[in-house]
Amino acid sequence: MSSILQSPTTAPGRFGPYGGRYVPETLMVPLFELERAYEIAKSDVSFQAQLQSLLKNFAGRPTPLQFASRLTEHLGGPRIYLKREDLLHTGAHKINNAIGQGLLALKMGKPRIVAETGAGQHGVASATIAAHLGLECVVYMGTEDMARQALNVARMRLLGAQVVAVASGSRTLKDAINEAMRDWVTNVRTTHYLLGSVLGAHPYPTMVRDFQSIIGREAREQILAAEKRLPTHLFACVGGGSNAIGLFYAFLRDSEVKMVGIEAGGRGSELGEHAARLAAAQGYAGARPGVLQGTYTYVLQNSDGQIAATHSISAGLDYPAIGPEHAWLADQHRAQYAAVSDSAALDAAQTLARTEGIIPALESAHAIAGLIERRAQFTPDDLIIVNLSGRGDKDMDTYSRLL
Amino acid sequence: MIAASSNSTRISQRFADLRASGELGIIAYITAGDPSLDATLKFVLALAEAGADIIELGVPFSDPLADGPTIQRASERALKSGISLAGVIDLVHRIRQSSQVPLILFSYYNPILQMGLEKFARAASEAGADGVLATDLTPEESADYRRILAAHNLDTIFLGAPTSTEERLAKIAGVSSGFLYLISRTGVTGAKDALPDDLPVLIRRARAVTQLPIAVGFGISLPGHVSVLGRLADAAVVGSALVSEIENAKSIDAACAALAARIRSLKQAATYGLSRREVAP
Repeated sequence: MSSILQSPTTAPGRFGPYGGRYVPETLMVPLFELERAYEIAKSDVSFQAQLQSLLKNFAGRPTPLQFASRLTEHLGGPRIYLKREDLLHTGAHKINNAIGQGLLALKMGKPRIVAETGAGQHGVASATIAAHLGLECVVYMGTEDMARQALNVARMRLLGAQVVAVASGSRTLKDAINEAMRDWVTNVRTTHYLLGSVLGAHPYPTMVRDFQSIIGREAREQILAAEKRLPTHLFACVGGGSNAIGLFYAFLRDSEVKMVGIEAGGRGSELGEHAARLAAAQGYAGARPGVLQGTYTYVLQNSDGQIAATHSISAGLDYPAIGPEHAWLADQHRAQYAAVSDSAALDAAQTLARTEGIIPALESAHAIAGLIERRAQFTPDDLIIVNLSGRGDKDMDTYSRLL
Repeated sequence: MIAASSNSTRISQRFADLRASGELGIIAYITAGDPSLDATLKFVLALAEAGADIIELGVPFSDPLADGPTIQRASERALKSGISLAGVIDLVHRIRQSSQVPLILFSYYNPILQMGLEKFARAASEAGADGVLATDLTPEESADYRRILAAHNLDTIFLGAPTSTEERLAKIAGVSSGFLYLISRTGVTGAKDALPDDLPVLIRRARAVTQLPIAVGFGISLPGHVSVLGRLADAAVVGSALVSEIENAKSIDAACAALAARIRSLKQAATYGLSRREVAP
């Protein structure tokens, strides 16, 4: 066993050198309280029973692991399975984490949650669990994302959440997180910050991973039942990286399983044109380790340490930093990361729609595109699981405009 | 050239002087490079001339998540004019040609980290900075930072907050030098009408765990705030109110005059009347 298998976290909240807790002092004690509440919840029988019940009866778990027969045929090589997180209530994997943190907010006696959202899927999941549990919910969303994900804005409002438009900076996910953190630091005594990805200060990257790791636990059992063997490859898209780590985590000890995270290559490799943090080998410029929004990880930035603008057709991947555990998995060569372009993702969405009858979210379409681009590298013996993290309803405006 | 060993004493010396005169110190924050470094040079000299005891130079950052709208806008203006941390350090050097006012660099951590801790500390110290405050850096994550800055005779100032426990306040004070900076309220920077009701309790809690001078910031803008703080703290930090003066002024000279007037009115409240404290024996 390599060291990473024994101890992926070398210090509390650290993944090798990455992670940590870089926040204004006001948030430190609330972060300790959250960490403690989460530790208690892990072994709290009633909390776990509530969590399992909501995942099953409210969200719709377990999700199917579907053999993609026509995509398999289309690619002419490996056997391909899709982990159908898109079939969950609210339409994406985000609900797994939202349920867990919503229950924690209740446990901690916080009547109000704030959340950020890019594609709107995490915002919808937060608004949904808040309504279900009777919590007040405020969602921060960049104005550019509100325009391109208008359907999700309407859904959040119908669910009773207040959606606050963020017009600062790049008007996307990064700026929504800044604004959610400003709200949290102001209202910290009554408010839980329901962060939607494996980002931010400890304990978020660990806690969100744990809430999402049910994806991989189910998929591992399902593939062993269906094929009597482990997969050779896993594919997932990576913005912050919560669906990817959710799939990867249960397979970390299976060293023969290759893991591939697909980032947003946008429309070019120059800084500002993409959101690829771990794809320098493909020529994507501007990523170096640094501190952003509470964590030390790979960040797209200029030489002065100012955070760079990013571009992706997918609002959920349009973010300059990657979850710290992914940075560590990349350093250790335990997972590979690569980027695909906006147009490759659009093509992949169309391919999946026409071969399988599934319209994927633009984010998940990146994972499909990463698979398609590697078709020549596979053999018929390869067995692949792609995390279909979300459905494409929210992206219909973009699809109908560009396809 | 200023001897490095004199750097760390400028802040402590100023607090010793303030304590001897029984006067509340006024710490002035402005964002460096808003709207230009030349303008900031004039602003700093005007602030010092008007009686500001210590100047905090804000290093602009693209994602100022601890700041309210006023300082966010100042950061954006400064970044638009191409200001970098290296440029701010160069400004410190220029200020030192004509003023010995204690200077603190007030930054988010990433620009410092990207310059490199050693390179940053050497450059800041040689330029004549006296201390550094990194908004998103806490005692837990700062061992290297503190060791390297201390080796270059830079004071490391950390924030204490209303949510900090006694144990944490002691820990924060233990790694701070120069003074302890208390955040008056939960929230981001920005001028407010009233001081929080629980502020005296927070200051007493901090006094119980440290001998360091205590400065209070976030939401301080009016002479009345200073009058109240005079009996409780050692210094008041005024930031967004000054940045607003710069934002609203018609010219650089008008901004200098407005900044000086602000500081004089605060300094007057700090020197006379209610805020006057017993002179330390």
